[in-house]
Amino acid sequence: MSELKSTKVNWFYACEASDVPENGGVCVKHGDDQIALFNFTRRGEWYATQNMCPHRQQMAISRGMIGSQEDEPKVACPFHKKTFSLKSGACMSGDDYQLKTYPVKIEDGKIFIDVK
Amino acid sequence: MKKIKIVVIGNGMVGYKFCEKLMSKAKADQFEVVVFGEEIRPAYDRVHLSAFFDGKTAEDLSMAGVDWYLNNGIKLHLGDPVQQIDRTKKTIHSYRGITESYDYIVLATGSAAFVPSIPGVEKDGVFVYRTIEDLEMIRAYAPKARKGAVIGGGLLGLEAAKAMLDLGITDTHVIEFAPRLMPRQIDEAGSKLLQGKLEALGLTILTNTNTLEIAGDKAITKMKFANDTSIDVDMLVISAGIKPRDEVAKLCGLEVGQRGGIVVNEQMQTNDPFVFAIGECALYKGMIYGLIAPGYEMAEVVAANLTGGKKEFLGFDMSTKLKLIGVDVASFGDPFVPANEARVIVYEDTNKGIYKRVNISKDGKELLGGILIGDAEQYNMLLQTCKNKIVLPANPEDLILGSRGGESDGGAGVTGLPDDAMICSCESISKGDICQAVMDGAETVDKIKSCTKAGTGCGGCVPMVKDLMVHTMKANGKLVRNVVCEHFAYSRQELYDLTKIGKLHSYDEVLTAHGKGDGCEVCKPVVASIIASLWNDMILKKGNDTAQDSNDRYLANIQKGGTYSVVPRIPGGEITPDKLIVLGQIAKQYNLYTKITGGQRIDLFGAHVGDLPAIWKLLVDAGFESGHAYGKALRTVKSCVGSTWCRFGLHDSVSFAIEIEERYRGLRSPHKLKSAVSGCIRECAEAQSKDFGIIATEKGWNLYVCGNGGSKPQHAHLIATDLDSATLIKYLDRFLMFYIKTADPLTRTATWLNKMEGGIDYLKNVVINDSLGIADELEKEMQLLVDAYKCEWKEVVDSPELQKRFSHFVNVPTEKDPTIKFESMRDQKKVVDWK
Ligand SMILES: Cc1cc2nc3c(=O)[nH]c(=O)nc-3n(C[C@H](O)[C@H](O)[C@H](O)COP(=O)(O)OP(=O)(O)OC[C@H]3O[C@@H](n4cnc5c(N)ncnc54)[C@H](O)[C@@H]3O)c2cc1C
Ligand code: SF4
Ligand code: SF4
Ligand code: FES
Repeated sequence: MSELKSTKVNWFYACEASDVPENGGVCVKHGDDQIALFNFTRRGEWYATQNMCPHRQQMAISRGMIGSQEDEPKVACPFHKKTFSLKSGACMSGDDYQLKTYPVKIEDGKIFIDVK
Repeated sequence: MKKIKIVVIGNGMVGYKFCEKLMSKAKADQFEVVVFGEEIRPAYDRVHLSAFFDGKTAEDLSMAGVDWYLNNGIKLHLGDPVQQIDRTKKTIHSYRGITESYDYIVLATGSAAFVPSIPGVEKDGVFVYRTIEDLEMIRAYAPKARKGAVIGGGLLGLEAAKAMLDLGITDTHVIEFAPRLMPRQIDEAGSKLLQGKLEALGLTILTNTNTLEIAGDKAITKMKFANDTSIDVDMLVISAGIKPRDEVAKLCGLEVGQRGGIVVNEQMQTNDPFVFAIGECALYKGMIYGLIAPGYEMAEVVAANLTGGKKEFLGFDMSTKLKLIGVDVASFGDPFVPANEARVIVYEDTNKGIYKRVNISKDGKELLGGILIGDAEQYNMLLQTCKNKIVLPANPEDLILGSRGGESDGGAGVTGLPDDAMICSCESISKGDICQAVMDGAETVDKIKSCTKAGTGCGGCVPMVKDLMVHTMKANGKLVRNVVCEHFAYSRQELYDLTKIGKLHSYDEVLTAHGKGDGCEVCKPVVASIIASLWNDMILKKGNDTAQDSNDRYLANIQKGGTYSVVPRIPGGEITPDKLIVLGQIAKQYNLYTKITGGQRIDLFGAHVGDLPAIWKLLVDAGFESGHAYGKALRTVKSCVGSTWCRFGLHDSVSFAIEIEERYRGLRSPHKLKSAVSGCIRECAEAQSKDFGIIATEKGWNLYVCGNGGSKPQHAHLIATDLDSATLIKYLDRFLMFYIKTADPLTRTATWLNKMEGGIDYLKNVVINDSLGIADELEKEMQLLVDAYKCEWKEVVDSPELQKRFSHFVNVPTEKDPTIKFESMRDQKKVVDWK
């Protein structure tokens, strides 16, 4: 059994930190997947979620506005303003939707996403 | 212990409500519940059925999903009507062959549309209006129909007529047997006024008309009437009343009324004490209660009595308020008390289309009932005054006219109600319940809804719930403010002033100085718009770019599928052939869908985000500018062709429209702004439906403000006449700047005016007579913005740094989103529809 598999992480280089606007998001291509990556400068945090909004299957989450609701960081889809927790991916506007979330790390100004 | 087994027959609104109420009782676990429903879906909100045509789905209308029944241990059989009840063996048999024993039966079979036996009712194109399936069939048939008709001028008939209009059948007749519309709810004068309003909307109303035959081959083509007339019709909805579904009850020997309905007593028991009937199938003291609130009350009575409580149904108030095709219609208490038994006060304004009537007891102390048409704002207050027998003020006409001292009585009414006054009759929630919930911390309407259920039925009580909330909070010394969101404890106007005084230029500065937390999708665009209104900086400046609404962030409107539209400004709708050719060439090169819009310009749809800068480079090179279709900003100034070509034209409306559009282009405001200029009173540019509109007169221009098209049309108000161009522009500067400074976020000028204390007279005073002494300041501020204007797209085209943001993938900037798919339609492309 290989070492790599047992650690169960797979860090994928996404882009430079400076490529992502402050308090905004970009979309990262990973194979056929699209990942929304957010630079939450105000909180000093990075988040990544699936880019597809589960409401009408639009590739749009990365273009959404980020913010917080009672300290839970969130993103609002630009299409119909459904909001999702950036931490858990759960829908915060009352629907039964769930976004996939990914761990993010930053090393020497480079952004990696765990795509295991 | 063996459980008590209840079989519920019928899974409509009331049948469901019974289950919900039973499950919420302490002894719920002593019961086993089996439900049979004839329809294929679990109970849904029939009251808001018409919302199905406004884009609500069957899922949106559902009262509770199948999971809910499962989680509560209720066995639900859908699409399986009960066909027989054997009362000696205490069993029931269903259509699909299920046999169940029972201890109790609850019949909640509702009613069906009553279809009179007119020859031809079975023809294609003839429908009823009761279930989601009915509406699906109507929607499928409508595109084939041009001429519609509705039999029945009652509440439901008029709702069906509205649906027809919404489906695009603008030539629709309403056929009523009685001499007037809604004979059961409103009086003759009210009917007449309502009829006038409906006719103005394009409906044709035939009263005193009896249908003899529905003619046609296979499908309906004609309706023939008793008075020897006929009309051509290719689609008909019958809404001539309801017929209680009592067939199963009748078959097993339960007592039913002569004209239908299962006879029940105060406990909702039929003549078999083990069988109850509730909702629209129940006949209590000779009456069917065709409304939802009494149905829910009946459900409560049975649930309470089965769980050891004592409750009786003692009749129910049939007051209603509804919006019919945009017209408020309400009646409460006894609307028809004859004049010799009561004092009747009537107020009528045929100009505005308002009719109000209140019936007052002879001693002047009590309100007995009344009717409101055209304006039903006072409905809730009047209903409560009537139901709670509150002693009337000395001048009871104030009830419908409002106190006319100029000051509003600010809802002092709600405080006068006793604690047990029923506020939400659908869910039986009293004033005391709501105030208690507010004291316990429910300080938004949504929270009150979720913890008390008030306002979740027909929704008519929501304004009153809000008033109560505000009053209770004020009474507790809490400040109730019209704040932007949880991050800013200020109104938009306060934030505007703070940002200006502090000379703040970025969202983060404003948040740090005056807010808390990290912001959200509500306050970010509000602040971004204030900053743009104040300083007219480039909106994509670093730090502000991500606070812009997504459309502003990409300087384009996001469309279905994730592509963007490109809308260059075409001032006044005037364009040269050369520019037209450029648009065509660009559309071809980038495979864009082209359409002429309502604002007299040309939209190009379907651009990939990565192509936007290149497309705009071509446009800017050809002399085009951003049209700001993506922003809350000035959109277009439409114009008619005016005196240069039109033989009626008084002045050159096109030149003036261009001048105005170029003056205010790029102006950021609380909501979008639309305008138009017409060259004479024939008004071909429709200026009176705009935020500001201008119409030429012999002597100059007339200025209209605060009109609206869109979802809530409203005519603009004339505020000044026969102006020369310079004065008109001065007034416009003041008007627009005053709006920008004082309106709430996302409030169009029409709504802003509707909420303004003092209304149009006040506004006129500020703009024309400078009653606040700020005219100079407003004009100066506007001039600054006009001078600071730059085309945003030109700046992007000139800046490689700004262009970087226009790509879909940050790590492969040249690749387009592969999930975007197009199909073709009428020789152009369109996006594949979403599910
Ligand atoms: C378009 C429209 C607008 C309305 N607007 C309003 C309004 O604004 N305000 C208001 O108060 N009311 C309004 N109403 C009336 C309100 O919807 C009814 O009062 C309410 O739905 C009655 O509920 P119910 O459960 O008694 O009957 P229903 O909702 O009709 O439910 C009865 C159910 O039982 C089923 N059933 C019948 N027989 C059997 C059987 N043998 N076995 C199994 N199932 C059976 C039926 O298929 C049906 O699904 C409106 C109605 C319509 C159609
Ligand atoms: S509004 Fe008057 S001037 Fe303008 S096109 Fe119509 S008729 Fe002609
Ligand atoms: S263009 Fe306007 S009216 Fe037409 S579908 Fe879109 S939002 Fe509705
Ligand atoms: S597609 Fe995201 S909210 Fe509708």
